[in-house]
Amino acid sequence: MRGFAPVALLAASVLLSACGNNSSSPDQYGPNPTLPGPQRGLLPTMKIASPAGWGNERPVVPAGYTISAIATDLKIPRQALVLPNGDILVAEGRGGGESKLTPKDFVASKLKAKGTSPVKGGNRLTLLRDSNGDGVYEMRTVFAENLNAPYGLALVGNHLFVANQDALVRFDYSVGQTRASGPPLVVTPLPSAINHHWTKSLTASPDGRFLYVGIGSNSNITERGMTVEVDRAMIWQVDVQTGAHRQYATGIRNPTALAIQPGTGQLWAVVNERDEIGPNLVPDYLTSIREGGFYGWPYSYWGQHVDNRVRPQNEAKVASAIVPDYGLGSHVAALGVAFSAPVMGARFADGVFVGEHGSWNRTPPSGYRVIFVPFTNGRPSGPPIDFVTNFMGKDGKTRGRPVGVTVDPKGALIVADDLSNTIWRVTPVKAPTPAPAAR
Amino acid sequence: MADERRTVVQAGIHPLHAFLLAGCVPLFLGALLSDWAYSATYEIQWTNFASWLLVGAMVLAGFALLWALIDLLRADRSWRGTPLIYFLVLLAAFIVGFIDALVHAKDAWAKMPEALILSVIVAVLVLVACWLGLSTWRSGEVR
Repeated sequence: MRGFAPVALLAASVLLSACGNNSSSPDQYGPNPTLPGPQRGLLPTMKIASPAGWGNERPVVPAGYTISAIATDLKIPRQALVLPNGDILVAEGRGGGESKLTPKDFVASKLKAKGTSPVKGGNRLTLLRDSNGDGVYEMRTVFAENLNAPYGLALVGNHLFVANQDALVRFDYSVGQTRASGPPLVVTPLPSAINHHWTKSLTASPDGRFLYVGIGSNSNITERGMTVEVDRAMIWQVDVQTGAHRQYATGIRNPTALAIQPGTGQLWAVVNERDEIGPNLVPDYLTSIREGGFYGWPYSYWGQHVDNRVRPQNEAKVASAIVPDYGLGSHVAALGVAFSAPVMGARFADGVFVGEHGSWNRTPPSGYRVIFVPFTNGRPSGPPIDFVTNFMGKDGKTRGRPVGVTVDPKGALIVADDLSNTIWRVTPVKAPTPAPAAR
Repeated sequence: MADERRTVVQAGIHPLHAFLLAGCVPLFLGALLSDWAYSATYEIQWTNFASWLLVGAMVLAGFALLWALIDLLRADRSWRGTPLIYFLVLLAAFIVGFIDALVHAKDAWAKMPEALILSVIVAVLVLVACWLGLSTWRSGEVR
């Protein structure tokens, strides 16, 4: 027995230390999040929340607001776009499908699938219409189908742009149209080999000359090699007319949603950061995107915090890495961003909404909600405020997972939920109109 | 007296047991070499190879270990010396190999240098286990 006792003891102690990751959440919101040192036990932390039906539960919104489901039984809704006449387009699909390279890939993919909807992705755009403005979207029709995991949506003039997982495509669109007039035209292919992070986010510049396409990295932290990261983890600027592209900003691990700030025309993004260096690393973030800027991935995070998992390293790149504007917390999986407007009510008039899909590798889980980040003078200016919660119940079961958030200029927040396959609509409760003063 | 001893020793380990035991040696060795290649080149495919070689090695080593345990339990008490040491060394190799496999699940360079060190240890252990296990084939020579 003496021979193997030390080895067994070593095994036991390493395994135990791996389980000791439960930790409170340090303050990771805002411009200076608390960043602990990296840590990783022998087993990666996985905490897949079990899905459950809504039953009598509902998402919770602040007092003075109401939420309703305007479409259910969709096929993995991800992002939505409000068209000029108030119609809502919803992109439905599930992409990815990278080959499994290591024993770990086989185990992890099985576990992660438990936290998502079993429904097959629709690969289509669904159009929702509320003709009389009563908040009930009585018309629902398929606008276009046979797409390839559509995600980002943008309208420029008479052209509807859709970012499939492998190409940016264009439909002709005229206001009131309910069905695409034909198959789309390919504007430009997008990097799609492997497609570990397959979602292609999209937004248009205010003048309509350019489109911005967010392209995620092909790995968590280069574990598929450096060569597959060419043209990944960056934002492309695509010329609307020609389809020509250039790299607008790089080192952005997974820019899952893009938005243009009203007034300034500045491009903003929410970004999902790297995993497996602890429950409190690395915070996902919201940031304005500087043209030509480098944001760290893979060499470093949050500015100059070097990630030692990357070989070969690049000191010059680390030195040039930009610190993001606003931390959202680690592993929250921010997948949606939208600038608010005064129609959303005084408290939520100036700022951005962020949809947080929720964590799969953290105890306690984080995210599973829509937050509001208040802005002042065009910059984030305070801690986030919960806007839609209860996607994860007190029982720890998940009933929904928010993805895209979209502000309807009529005064509503549209939230796509890819677990319960629902489109939620949050509106301010109309204050009763004061009676006209008697003469 | 001598004849009695010879009978037990000649039983040795079963050919399939020998295959499992010897078979895991090149796999562990391959994992070690692949780890060394990754650490020398940063070429990620080497570490993918190492991960799979370890899985294969662990399957063979696991069954060999099970067989060794059964042999041990069925063996005559007076013959527990070498089979017991063989079993314990193989068990140690299996435990270190298991930890090594978990370490290999760390992304990219996060597994280094632990992966390489553990692969060296497990390769040495399995070589010793193989030596001890297959030595029982020799007939007649008894301490």
